Amino acid sequence: MSETKGRYEIRLSGAGGQGLMLAGKLLAEAASVYDGKNAVQTQSYGPEARGGKSKTDVVISDGEIDYPKATKVNVLLAMSQPALDEYIGSLQPGGMLVVDSYLVEEPGRDDAIAIPFTMLALEECGRKLFANVVALGAVAELTQAVTWDSLRSAVLARVPKGTEKINDSALDVGRQAARQFLEGK
Amino acid sequence: MAGNNKTSKQVIQGNEACAIGALAAGVTFFGGYPITPSSEIAEILSQTLPLVGGRFIQMEDEIASIASIIGASLAGAKSMTATSGPGFSLMQENLGFAAIAEIPCVIVNVQRAGPSTGLPTQPAQGDVQQTRWGTHGDHSIIALAPSTVLECFTMTIDCVNLAEAYRTPTVLLMDEVIGHMRETVVLPPRSSYKVVERRTPDPDTTDYCPFECDGTEVAPLGAFGGAHRFHVTGLTHDRHGFPTMVGEEVDRKIRWIVDKIEDRADELADLEEFETDDADVLLFAYGSTARVAKSSVRALRERGVRAGMIRAKTIWPFSRKRLKELSGRLKLIVVPEMNLGQLIIEVERAIAGTVPVRHLGRIDGHLFEPDEITEFVLREVGK
Repeated sequence: MSETKGRYEIRLSGAGGQGLMLAGKLLAEAASVYDGKNAVQTQSYGPEARGGKSKTDVVISDGEIDYPKATKVNVLLAMSQPALDEYIGSLQPGGMLVVDSYLVEEPGRDDAIAIPFTMLALEECGRKLFANVVALGAVAELTQAVTWDSLRSAVLARVPKGTEKINDSALDVGRQAARQFLEGK
Repeated sequence: MAGNNKTSKQVIQGNEACAIGALAAGVTFFGGYPITPSSEIAEILSQTLPLVGGRFIQMEDEIASIASIIGASLAGAKSMTATSGPGFSLMQENLGFAAIAEIPCVIVNVQRAGPSTGLPTQPAQGDVQQTRWGTHGDHSIIALAPSTVLECFTMTIDCVNLAEAYRTPTVLLMDEVIGHMRETVVLPPRSSYKVVERRTPDPDTTDYCPFECDGTEVAPLGAFGGAHRFHVTGLTHDRHGFPTMVGEEVDRKIRWIVDKIEDRADELADLEEFETDDADVLLFAYGSTARVAKSSVRALRERGVRAGMIRAKTIWPFSRKRLKELSGRLKLIVVPEMNLGQLIIEVERAIAGTVPVRHLGRIDGHLFEPDEITEFVLREVGK
């Protein structure tokens, strides 16, 4: 059996501190523990504690996953301009580009799905730090790479106690924004 | 909490699996100094060891870290530390001490790109020969290299078991990709793996020789503060542990610490074979690189090349047996490594010129891509 059969690659990129590693971990858990597929998550970041380019790859497959990193990215999420500029080349032809339009000024592609995740987090959830969960909700809705129930279960099992409700609503803010974008196309 | 040893399906990091494996193997002491990309191991054990009555100490540096695990082991505890290249360099002197004084302990080295501070967050396999020869003088070592998150768990247990059984330092030679990678795993239940306890001397014996090395079996090791009082030194010593310059005793001691491991190289060798049944092109790989090599074998087969892979799980001692057996029908061996040529030296020694051996090295802080290995092999075989 070919290893690449059914292989789906998601790359979440941005700046250190935006919570993308956690988002990748949650996506991998949703796909694997809850949806029953195989998932591998890897990461790459600079030596800085905050700032600098940061990315995480989540590979989801029904089969064995030998190569742990993304090579032909199906979906690229860019939460900063430098990350977009760095990783846009890894997106396969016809792949989906999702950008945080609050932080990325030049998406560089007409078909980019531009949603202001950080602004939505601030306005709808009260803090910028929910931007990763808002984006996660949108990516899940746009790609259907994981089922919604699985993603919710994974997120709610991992977030700090007492923050379940706000994280749940952050996910939903992302989902609704994605739906609005798709309807407005 | 991180470090959960549940046996249902979960997605965890290699470093996390290593920390869980340490507890499963009965490690009760960890002394270390956090360093990327190994820090999660220390972080998790700092939380979990105290819960099982163990001890975690953050030492002032890596020299002290390895000294602390040697001391803990001499007091009877299964002990471990975790580090990366810069810390592993600092540990070399005491690694030799543990080798000559035959003190069981485990050093986890999650390799990052070097030399020196290098690339703290990026992978490499540059410490392979340092693991074998980093400390001075003749000695041997046992080192295992995991390629999966599950193996980070099982091989940590193996490293502890082998350290206790052979009274030697052992090294779990991970790399950043494996350490930081999260993967779907189901950890095996306690009934499915063995935990080795060290042999201890009969408390009533009046002539305990903690450093007996007559070539038959590994001597039992008593705990400091226990029934027997004995001397431990880094000076070359006799069977009682006192320094000696008697040629015959020195020769016997040093040959013993080498032979007790090297004579069992084939027995200790653990390897995975993939598509080797009819292969005439062999990829020889280990660690995260082996995952790429496996993808390449599949791709090469689709291109009509009869490729196969041997993945070395045991790096040291290096077993030549399987390579020699296969060499008769091989026309090419390719060794991809994230270094400029380290384990290939052992492959070449095993093959002794009978098959062309080519190296593919990558040292820019990135894992190979499958196409890179595939295309290299295609060029080498003239396709």
